[in-house]
Order: sequence, then C-alpha cells, then structure tokens
Amino acid sequence: MKVLVAVKRVIDYNVKVRVKPDNTGVDLTNVKMAMNPFCEIAVEEAVRLKEKGVATEIVVVSIGPKAAQEQIRTALALGADRGIHVETDEEIQSLAAAKLLKAVVDKEQPSLVILGKQSIDNDNNQTGQMLAALAGYPQGTFASEVSVDGDKVKVTREIDGGLMTVSLNLPAIVTTDLRLNEPRYASLPNIMKAKKKPLESTTPADLGVDVTPRLTTLKVEAPAQRQAGIKVADVAELVDKLKNEAKVI
Amino acid sequence: MSVLVIADHDNASIKGSTLNVVAAAKQMGGDIAVLVAGQGCSAAADAAAKIEGVAKVLLADNAAYAHHLAENLAALVVELAKDYTHVVSAAGTTGKDFLPRVAALLDVAQVSEIIAVQSADTFVRPIYAGNAIATVQSSDAIKVVTVRSTGFDPVAAEGGSAAVEAVGAAHDVGISSFVGEEIAKSDRPELTAASIVISGGRGMQNGDNFKMLEGIADKLGAAVGASRAAVDAGFVPNDMQVGQTGKIVAPQLYIAVGISGAIQHLAGMSDSKVIVAINKDEEAPIFQVADYGLVADLFVALPELEGKL
Ligand SMILES: Cc1cc2nc3c(=O)[nH]c(=O)nc-3n(C[C@H](O)[C@H](O)[C@H](O)COP(=O)(O)OP(=O)(O)OC[C@H]3O[C@@H](n4cnc5c(N)ncnc54)[C@H](O)[C@@H]3O)c2cc1C
Ligand SMILES: Nc1ncnc2c1ncn2[C@@H]1O[C@H](COP(=O)(O)O)[C@@H](O)[C@H]1O
Repeated sequence: MKVLVAVKRVIDYNVKVRVKPDNTGVDLTNVKMAMNPFCEIAVEEAVRLKEKGVATEIVVVSIGPKAAQEQIRTALALGADRGIHVETDEEIQSLAAAKLLKAVVDKEQPSLVILGKQSIDNDNNQTGQMLAALAGYPQGTFASEVSVDGDKVKVTREIDGGLMTVSLNLPAIVTTDLRLNEPRYASLPNIMKAKKKPLESTTPADLGVDVTPRLTTLKVEAPAQRQAGIKVADVAELVDKLKNEAKVI
Repeated sequence: MSVLVIADHDNASIKGSTLNVVAAAKQMGGDIAVLVAGQGCSAAADAAAKIEGVAKVLLADNAAYAHHLAENLAALVVELAKDYTHVVSAAGTTGKDFLPRVAALLDVAQVSEIIAVQSADTFVRPIYAGNAIATVQSSDAIKVVTVRSTGFDPVAAEGGSAAVEAVGAAHDVGISSFVGEEIAKSDRPELTAASIVISGGRGMQNGDNFKMLEGIADKLGAAVGASRAAVDAGFVPNDMQVGQTGKIVAPQLYIAVGISGAIQHLAGMSDSKVIVAINKDEEAPIFQVADYGLVADLFVALPELEGKL
C-alpha cells in the first residue's frame, strides 16, 4: 500500500524564539530550521511500515518556500521514495494546508496518510483532522501505536485519561504522538542517495486551491517573564517559605 | 450572537474544564447552549443545565456518540453549528480531536487553545511553546475555538436552570469503531484541576521512585505529573506529561523534582502561581523560573520533605 507523509519545515525545537520589536511576528532570520519533530516520527513510522512489508511506497509532501525541499530531502534520506513540494511563499494556515494535502491525496490515492499531531511553531494541532474531514476519511490522532490489518488500521491514541484504541477503515489519517517511535538518523550514504530520488514540484494554483488566510495576526508579543526567585538552604526553609511566605500549603 | 459549547463529560458528570469554557463563551457574547453528546448521558446533561449562564442544553444520547469518535461527533456538531456564531470546546484530547474536523467541514479556520477573548472575533493564544503570544482575528462566519482552561476562571457549576432539549440526529458515519481503552484510575485530583502539582523528571531514575512523589502528593492533596523524559523512559504513563505537547497546568503550587526545565516543559507549567524546583544541578534552567529553588539530591530531599509536611 502507498503511504503519504506530510512534513513541515519549522524552527528547530532547540531554538528559543524572539518576538520582533515591531510585534508583527517572531524573528526567523538566521534561525536554524528543521523538520517538525512530530513529522520525523511520522516519517519513521512510514519507513517501519515499509520495512515490515506493509507499505510499498512512501511519498513525502511538504508545503512551503523553496527551502522546504531540505526537509523533503531529509525524509528521502530516512527512507521515503519520492517527494512532492507544494511551493509557496504565502502564509499557509492549517485549513489551507489541509486543502492542499487533500488535492495531493486525490492525485496519489494513498491508503494511509501520516502527519504530525502538532507543528511546534503555531502549535495548532489541526491539519490532520482537517484533512481527514475534507477527504471523508477516519482519523487516528495522537497515535502511540499503529498496526495495519487488511483493510483496517488499529490506532492506539494518547488521550487525557490514558490510552484509547480505535479501528479505522482504510484509507485513513494518522497523526503521531511522541511515544509512537524513536526516529532514526539519516546515514551519510542515504543522504547521498536521497539526492537522486524524484522530487516533483507544484503550486497551490496548479492544485486549484485558494490559500487565502482566514485568520489575521494582529500582533505578537513576548510573554510575561517570570523572575527567578530565591534559593533556599534546606528542606526546612522551603517548608517554612511555602507555609508562611507564599502561603500555598 | 450565540455560542455552542461542546461539553467534556463522562456521561455521569461534566468535567471541570467545561466551566472554564463557558466562562470563555460568556466573553464571546450571546446566548450559550451546551451540547452533551454521549450514550446514557442524561445525568451529565442535567448537570450542564445547572451551570451558571447556560441558556439551553442539547442532549444527543446515542450509541454513535458513546466514545466521542471524532467522525460521528463532528457530523453531529456540523449539523447543529449552522445556528451559532461560535462553536467552542475545551482544548483537551477530545476537543483537539473532533473540533478541527468540524471547522474543516464548515470551511472555517479553527483558533486553537485561546487564553483570552478580546472581542467576538479576536482571541489571544500562545505560539512557539508559549514563547510568543499572538492576537488573532477571524474573518469566518462561524468561529471555531478551543479553549485552554487555565486562561479562564470557571463559572459556577450551580445556579442555572436551563431546559434540556433532546437532539434526535444519530450520525454513525461507520468508518471508525471503538476497540478499547486503558484509563488510569487515581484517587488523587486531576492534573489539570489540582491546586498543587508535584512532577518528576528523568532525575527520578525509575517508576518505583515516583512513590516518593506520591507520598508527598497524598499529604498535600496534590496531583502527580511528569516531564516527557520520565514518560518516554516508561517511568509513568503518558497522561501525566506536562508541557507544550502534554497537559497545561497552572496550580497554586508546582513542585518540579529532577526536571531540568526545557522550554517544552515550561510551556506547560510556567503560569503556576508559585514554582518550586528541586534539582542537584544549580545551573538547571528550571531555577530561572522557580520562586523557591532547592539545590539538593532529590533522594535526600524528598523523604525529608515528606517528613516535614
Ligand atoms: C516536539 C517536542 C515536544 C516536547 N514536549 C514536551 C512536553 O510536553 N513536556 C516535557 O516535559 N518535555 C517535552 N519535550 C522534551 C523536552 O525538550 C526535554 O527533553 C524534557 O522536558 C526533559 O525532561 P527532564 O527535565 O525530566 O530530563 P533532563 O533534561 O534529563 O533533566 C533531568 C534533571 O534531573 C536532575 N537530576 C538528576 N538526578 C538528580 C538527583 N538525584 N537529584 C536532583 N536532581 C537530579 C538533573 O540535574 C537534570 O536537571 C518535548 C520535546 C520535543 C522535541
Ligand atoms: N506546510 C505544511 N507542509 C506539510 N505538512 C504540514 C504543513 N503544515 C502542517 N502540516 C502537517 O500537519 C501536522 C500538524 O500541523 P498543525 O495543524 O499546523 O499543528 C504537521 O505535523 C504536518 O504533518
């Protein structure tokens, strides 16, 4: 079966972002960019499905500026077979991303689409569910275990109270949570090989999708900063402070 | 204007987060209707009818909604949404699952995890793990919004007397089914509702050592949380993870034990009123946000702390 994986180029998770002085957004100049960590987990899961003989082809898609091809190449180096780049310099909000991915799904007809549960830049946690809705597919969100069985996929989901398992008809959408797997690193030979794998380019216009933003960001501010407090000498002082100063116990 | 709130509930009772969502809904303006969708959930609907400020309760009691499967629940909410200007739920794993599906079917954006309402179409939400706070305005006809509970003081659970109206629609889309669940049982307060939280990180070394935190939690009436590293290492289950991609807490007192203080962890607890950090590394970033820092070996400090409470 064919598996489609959506990967997003985002700020590296180790970078502490700074808000621009004019409050229009965060400063991304000269900041290290990377594949969204949840998308790395999505790629890894697809590769494992291929290694198990369940998946036959892995297609990776990314929407974004020219530079997003770096993240597609990374996915190819990790084991994806070919890439699709939907090139745009516009701001792509989750609904627009879902519509673009729906157009790709219509063309590619994958049996399974794996996305991250959340982009660590906008923290939206929407795109997979929106794609599922637009495609009319079932969804297994926040997955910690995925097993394909015939024309169904069983997904164990991380929920507030614990874990929940659902069975979905294929084709289906899965979004990854942190415990699904531990992504591998790309080896140097595989990075070299990835350069030769096919990467097709398209645009929102080619796909016939209107990506006009529905939300306008009026301003972006730095959060209120917490001040570091004091160091206490021992447990006795800590308990005393909590009882008599902070009055929280 | 009118707001449809989708209640978080367990059929018998309404979860506390719904009270925070109703508080947010009040600020959006207009009448508030609460949808209780489930199976055998009339007790939850009766509880919803008593919530302060609720004008109407819609009760959708059907096997199709038994486990809040997103496919079925979204189909129901989309049908009801046409009569409202806002569709709102808590940003728990249920709301995060079905509500974007509703938004896409309505062809509108979703505004995720708001912490403030500025006006009927303008909301405030954290981005980049809380390192930036965005104010966003929606141009869509129906505003679909999830609410971060810690951003809003709850309305009273009692005092209202809304009518309960049955909704007949049974949407069984038939493409997904419930297989089973493992729900953690605990006598301690729920993590997101507790007024004191004590969390352990990689420094705890194993799951057994979390008993030291549990002993203290029992004395303080606290909930127990964890960092991602502690969950990934299998010390404790996933539902205990506090952080950017786990649970968001803002208790009166948060005690971080053996946790370094990565931005992803801080994103989930830095709105706590008082923060205590116990860590043997005095350079640990957690001390930069802690009101009271204790540089100590947790294996020495925790038994002593339990003894002094
Ligand atoms: C996409 C993504 C999402 C993430 N989401 C989350 C999230 O939601 N929540 C979260 O917590 N993290 C999250 N993380 C992980 C985060 O980046 C950190 O890796 C994690 O928080 C570290 O956990 P820790 O502090 O327990 O472990 P460490 O960073 O290893 O810190 C352990 C600490 O314990 C101290 N220690 C060790 N032994 C002792 C002792 N005997 N006595 C006292 N102190 C001791 C050490 O000094 C150290 O400071 C996420 C990461 C990514 C990439
Ligand atoms: N621009 C994009 N290109 C490719 N995939 C995306 C894009 N935006 C979102 N996604 C996918 O949707 C997931 C969730 O994103 P979000 O809804 O923005 O939190 C990501 O982890 C990706 O798998």
